[in-house]
Amino acid sequence: MKYVDEFRDPEKARVLLKEIERLVGEIGATKERPLQLMEVCGGHTHSIFRYGLETMLPDAIELVHGPGCPVCVLPMGRVDDCVALAEQPGVIFTTFGDAMRVPGSKKSLMQAKADGADVRMVYSPLDALDLARKHPDREVVFFGLGFETTMPSSALTILQAEIERIDNFSVFCNHITIIPTIKAILDSPDLRLDGFIGPGHVSMVIGTSPYRFIAEHYEKPLVIAGFEPLDILHTVWMVLKQIAEGRHEIENQYSRIVPENGNAQALAAVARIYELREFFEWRGLGSIDHSGVRIRDAYARFDAERKFPIPALKIADPKSCQCGEVLKGVIKPWECKMFGAGCTPETPLGALMVSSEGACAAYYQFGDLDLLTAAAKSDAETLAR
Amino acid sequence: MSAGAAIRQRSGKVSLPKVTLAHGSGGKAMRDLIDDVFVTAFANPTLAPLEDQARIDLASLAQFGDRLAFTTDSYVVDPLVFPGGDIGKLAVCGTVNDLAVGGAVPLYLSCGFIIEEGFSTEELRAIAGTMRAEAERAGVAIVTGDTKVVHKGAADKLFINTSGVGVIRAGVTLGAERARPGDVVLVNGLLGDHGAAILNARGDMALTTPIESDCASLHGLIEAMLAACPGIRCMRDATRGGVATVLNEIAQHSGVGIMVEETAIPMRAEVKGFCEILGLDPLYLANEGKLVAVVPGDAAESVVNAMRSHPLGARTAIIGAVREKPVATVIMQTGFGGQRVVDMLVGDQLPRIC
Repeated sequence: MKYVDEFRDPEKARVLLKEIERLVGEIGATKERPLQLMEVCGGHTHSIFRYGLETMLPDAIELVHGPGCPVCVLPMGRVDDCVALAEQPGVIFTTFGDAMRVPGSKKSLMQAKADGADVRMVYSPLDALDLARKHPDREVVFFGLGFETTMPSSALTILQAEIERIDNFSVFCNHITIIPTIKAILDSPDLRLDGFIGPGHVSMVIGTSPYRFIAEHYEKPLVIAGFEPLDILHTVWMVLKQIAEGRHEIENQYSRIVPENGNAQALAAVARIYELREFFEWRGLGSIDHSGVRIRDAYARFDAERKFPIPALKIADPKSCQCGEVLKGVIKPWECKMFGAGCTPETPLGALMVSSEGACAAYYQFGDLDLLTAAAKSDAETLAR
Repeated sequence: MSAGAAIRQRSGKVSLPKVTLAHGSGGKAMRDLIDDVFVTAFANPTLAPLEDQARIDLASLAQFGDRLAFTTDSYVVDPLVFPGGDIGKLAVCGTVNDLAVGGAVPLYLSCGFIIEEGFSTEELRAIAGTMRAEAERAGVAIVTGDTKVVHKGAADKLFINTSGVGVIRAGVTLGAERARPGDVVLVNGLLGDHGAAILNARGDMALTTPIESDCASLHGLIEAMLAACPGIRCMRDATRGGVATVLNEIAQHSGVGIMVEETAIPMRAEVKGFCEILGLDPLYLANEGKLVAVVPGDAAESVVNAMRSHPLGARTAIIGAVREKPVATVIMQTGFGGQRVVDMLVGDQLPRIC
């Protein structure tokens, strides 16, 4: 496939892997004392598993799968609010597909749908606005979810609703911001990370400058990465090169998509509609200051939180979950007591088991590195024979 | 016969444009619907007496083999008509394939219709027509049936159930528990077409890509495969859950590992692109005219050749191999050079947010 296969070329991958191995040797990292690189974004986690990148990288590199899956980090209380909204008479509740299965304290949106709520999967907030146009007698609520990647599209949809005076449309805003979250991780006392594979789609909106503090204050390298497997290997190589040369800078591997200053129009729309919340609750990480946005007063009529009564109860994460430690790379997913025991993709307890982008779900579905390593070894033996 | 009796006995015609509750009442209106739409379409000597059951001569079955195969499936596809087929074609192909992948010669089908009040009789006639056409192609007769009409909203337009009876050829034993290390895994062509066609036909994505369902009856292809190698280990049609699910079932039942080569999987660029945009994995997309077969390594060449000489197997490919380890696990060698586990899905695939 054109413009796709070029980024999945196994020959180029071999060249990069060789270079990566050389740099690992130069840095002196080993399996016992590995370099820990965090990919912040869930899209990267997905690619890493889909292409089996962890089985290709040297043992001395450990990928830590960060908090960048907006579906995973949504706290149970917010899911309960979604269900409450969806169960209001006359409401059509619209959502991105992968939020359907996220468990609330009582049920998920999928279960609410089975109980009779009108929950519909959409691919864009504009699809939700279209539903509002077609059903003027109903209230259409869009579940605004995601980082800066999806924020502009919900902001622009609200602006469009304003222009067309569509007053039966509102957004339940659960948008979150990446920068305070990376900062919270960097501030955690048990931090062991050596560098970051930076978010691609978020950076397409916010640009590269908001990450500067990571290099300047925390002295860690961050390279903004694309989502194809070669992008990710290239990025790993760029981060290692910085480490080997004793540099810590913000670099942009994904320059074909990410402009240095971001997308001015998108940022303007976001600024017009949203303002920072004092704090926002994350599943697995707890409350993080200024890590979420809400709809500004001027657009209150499009704010589902103000338009409808919602319970807004805080539901604590299950005590047994160790999501926070997995997110920070302190333990690996399978080292969590609940992994595969009480917590599975069918009945997720913790954030990271919820969406296919979550690290635990990815290991559960694609992973089992030991198994893969054993399989690869038996292949090698068969070939040797 | 009096004029009145002759009129009363007259074979019914349905003149109303829409099916009403009266058509499911058991009375004259129902008889008219059955006569006009179904008996006319499916006409055959076993159906004609319209008894409460089809009567099949046992001796006539024994000529095909030594075991009866019996299966059932319900069809609730939305939309009813899609590029490459409709619910009627699907209802025949699906059940024919469920029989055929067990090594059976498919012979007879039943069909049950659950119709939502207000459904167009014209559309019903058209669907019965495609069922007839596909049944003829597959060499099966629709010999008994049932019609129910339910209140508006109690069903989504039309549901069809078909059950099928076939006879398994003597000497053929196919089973998901029979895969052995050294066997190879085959598919008979391009994967994912049906799933992509249905998602696209729902119009959610407003893509203009022409992807047609692969909906087809595979009995002829399977006949050719079994002629080339009666010792084929197992076959499954890769419908819901796609090839990934079938491979997992085989790996689990046989207690073996299956290694799949990503680059060997035949797939249309359109389907690949469709999955890229939606964040779906094509290995889990439904197929309606594709089977997965596990074949002893030394018979692979002759089976592949037999399949490629059949129109429904022209793009046959060896996509993987059976190994001892890891037990009950499917592993994919990615085109990029890595490996990953291909597991069963928990539920439906859901498009990813970003």
